[in-house]
Amino acid sequence: MAEARSMLRHESGAMSNRMVMIDRLEWRPGPQANRYDWEAEGWTGGDTDRLAFKTKGEGAFGGKAEKIELQAGWLHAIDPWFDVRAGIRQDFQAGPHRTQAVVAVEGLAPYWLDVEAELFLSQKGELTARTEASYDQRLTQSLILQPRAELNISAQDVPELGLGSGLNSVELGLRLRYEITRRLGPYVGVSWERKLGGSARYARADDEKPQGARFVTGIRLWF
Amino acid sequence: MQSARLDRRSVITGAARLGALTVLGGAMPGWARAGTSGAGAGSVLSGESIRIDIGHVPITVGGRSMHAVTANGTMPGPLIRLKEGQKVRLSVANGLAEDTSIHWHGLIVPFQYDGVPGISFPGIKPGEVFDYDFTIRQAGTYWYHSHSNMQEAMGLFGPIVIDPAGAEPAPYDREHVILLSDWSSIHPHVQLQRLKQMGGYFNRQKQTLGGLLAGKDQDLSERLAWGKMRMDPTDISDVTGSTYSYLVNGHDTQANWTGLFVPGERVRLRFINASSMTNFNVRLPALPMTIVQADGQDVEPVETDEFQIGIAETYDVIIRPEKAEAIAIIAEAIDRSGLCRATLAPRIGMVAPMVAVRERPLLAMKDMGMDMSGMDAASGTLDLSAPVTAPAKAGSHGAMNMRDTSLVPASVRLGPGVATISAAPADRLGDRPTGLETVGHRVLTYADLKALVPHPDRRTPERELEVHLTANMERYMWSFDGVKLSENPEPLAFRHNERVRVTLVNDTMMPHPIHLHGHFFELVNGAEDRQPRKHTVNVLPGGKASFDLTADAVGDWAFHCHMLLHMHAGMFRVVTVRADGPSAT
Ligand SMILES: [Cu+2]
Repeated sequence: MAEARSMLRHESGAMSNRMVMIDRLEWRPGPQANRYDWEAEGWTGGDTDRLAFKTKGEGAFGGKAEKIELQAGWLHAIDPWFDVRAGIRQDFQAGPHRTQAVVAVEGLAPYWLDVEAELFLSQKGELTARTEASYDQRLTQSLILQPRAELNISAQDVPELGLGSGLNSVELGLRLRYEITRRLGPYVGVSWERKLGGSARYARADDEKPQGARFVTGIRLWF
Repeated sequence: MQSARLDRRSVITGAARLGALTVLGGAMPGWARAGTSGAGAGSVLSGESIRIDIGHVPITVGGRSMHAVTANGTMPGPLIRLKEGQKVRLSVANGLAEDTSIHWHGLIVPFQYDGVPGISFPGIKPGEVFDYDFTIRQAGTYWYHSHSNMQEAMGLFGPIVIDPAGAEPAPYDREHVILLSDWSSIHPHVQLQRLKQMGGYFNRQKQTLGGLLAGKDQDLSERLAWGKMRMDPTDISDVTGSTYSYLVNGHDTQANWTGLFVPGERVRLRFINASSMTNFNVRLPALPMTIVQADGQDVEPVETDEFQIGIAETYDVIIRPEKAEAIAIIAEAIDRSGLCRATLAPRIGMVAPMVAVRERPLLAMKDMGMDMSGMDAASGTLDLSAPVTAPAKAGSHGAMNMRDTSLVPASVRLGPGVATISAAPADRLGDRPTGLETVGHRVLTYADLKALVPHPDRRTPERELEVHLTANMERYMWSFDGVKLSENPEPLAFRHNERVRVTLVNDTMMPHPIHLHGHFFELVNGAEDRQPRKHTVNVLPGGKASFDLTADAVGDWAFHCHMLLHMHAGMFRVVTVRADGPSAT
């Protein structure tokens, strides 16, 4: 009976679940180079405590990946809508990169806005932050227009990484997705990026344009 | 045991003979076969010794295939027909590779035969036979289902009809069992996982920008007000017609279950909602229905045109078809994502007219536990331009506090699992159910039900107990008082024969069919000494419902939401009735 009782308890609210969401897996054609970009996250665990991972990256086809970021941590529900995440971020690209501690808040804000704010502290003591927000506007049950924004902020100049202090880059995107099924949606869209302040100066010094817009096409899938 | 085996064989040969009528992968017991003459047709399990073999068979319905878990090889299972006052031994043999159980839904039995693993008994191991031994103390329409590992959602259910020892208070010439269910090819564990990943996963009827431009649904200011609160007015059902086939007696619309009648007869229809996650609106567009029983208990006959049947409820109705025409039985999912049409006809082969699914309803302020003032009662929509008088409404643009934690008793644990609190929950027993607020014909409400005979216990309740139905739809967390069963809450304790008024407060925007095992309670619906006795009450969104309970059955009992995925998410409590129990304070 004790076994049946503990089984009943487990089956009535304690079952563990998991999710992998590949939010963006995209191709960005361009005059000099065709580029790729991805963002994915996932979790496993119960209703209020989960192990979580996140990855972002980008690069040009034919070259080395310019950014590969992998995060792992613990996700804890702090209220009906928001979670805090605490963990480690490791970057893997060639050239200078960092290991960082992460504290993030993510969740669903009023008006169904998906928001996320992350604070990073590197092993060299550099403090940076990133915020993202997106919104799914259903045009029909299957056709979804998604505006999104990302801001990057740094507390100090980090010349080695091309970061100026203050608000150093903005990325705005608009993607139109068709959900073949709820879990599989190809999309097309545009992405506009601009580096600001010190980061823009570092970019120009490197012969990079500090801003640009690209057509993107990709797929969102989850399981 | 021997005779039960013979019964089973005759079901299978019967199905083979009527193969042309059987469109499904699995065989059908006689009562559920298309073209049946009634609930007595084919083999019926009756007598004092009944054997039920639990197994599984692959079944395809509406192009959706899955392994069904079955009783005696069929989905739905065989009809068990008993007589009030008789003794019965029900031997349930487990032919599965996992534990099983059968719960006799609505039957008053000693707790050790109630069939809930972990509460009343340890469950039935693979290869084991468990004997349920009890005396039948009631009459009416009931049903049975597994209480193990979502087997009920996979087809392990069937009807029970108990004939009264004395005269039938609502006599009839012919009867049919009308068992409603939902069938998906997505395993219920996967359904639950999808909903945990994305709360609105199965909802394909959300509001869209296209709809706004076409002038449909809410206007922009309402959408903004609801969006600000992160509330979705189309969130009527969690699992929908996007994955379900809706079934009458195991048949979808195309398979067209048909029950026969002779014009002029009084035909009794015994409706049972054996669905996993679907509340249904039921109507016979061509005929009025006279309700004579609810949850197996006789009520004063009341005529209506449509009723909503919560999961696990039963309603018996009597109809008098006069013409030799096919009559449609329409069971429509309350979110209008699909329906099932079945036929009553004087001859096999007739098909009742199909009806279109009506437009899906939208939730309104009252479903959020808000007062009706400021609302256009006729259309059921929110009028933001009207003066605001309800206490909880602080502003005209949705600035109302949807989670005022000062409004709930300390017994409610407020965590991430409680996203909303009804600010001014109204007693909704007299309200038309979700989506039927404005239909242009008669709709049954709980206030229309009056017990045929007064309940013998006329004591005023000694104490009151408030239980909150709580949820976070986006995280897909469901609980009583903010605590899941997995968090090991104290049981709700009653003294033996204590009389208690229990008020269920729905802090969510969904109806919840709440079921108490081992007892009937009386709905406090204004019927005074005729309060109707029920085993399940569907508590409307944002509202409350009270019942009076005489805790007359010693033991531990399950108390849970009968939406199976809510139950498995934790909306479940143990009720304990102790002979030497705690004091009433
Ligand atoms: Cu529920």
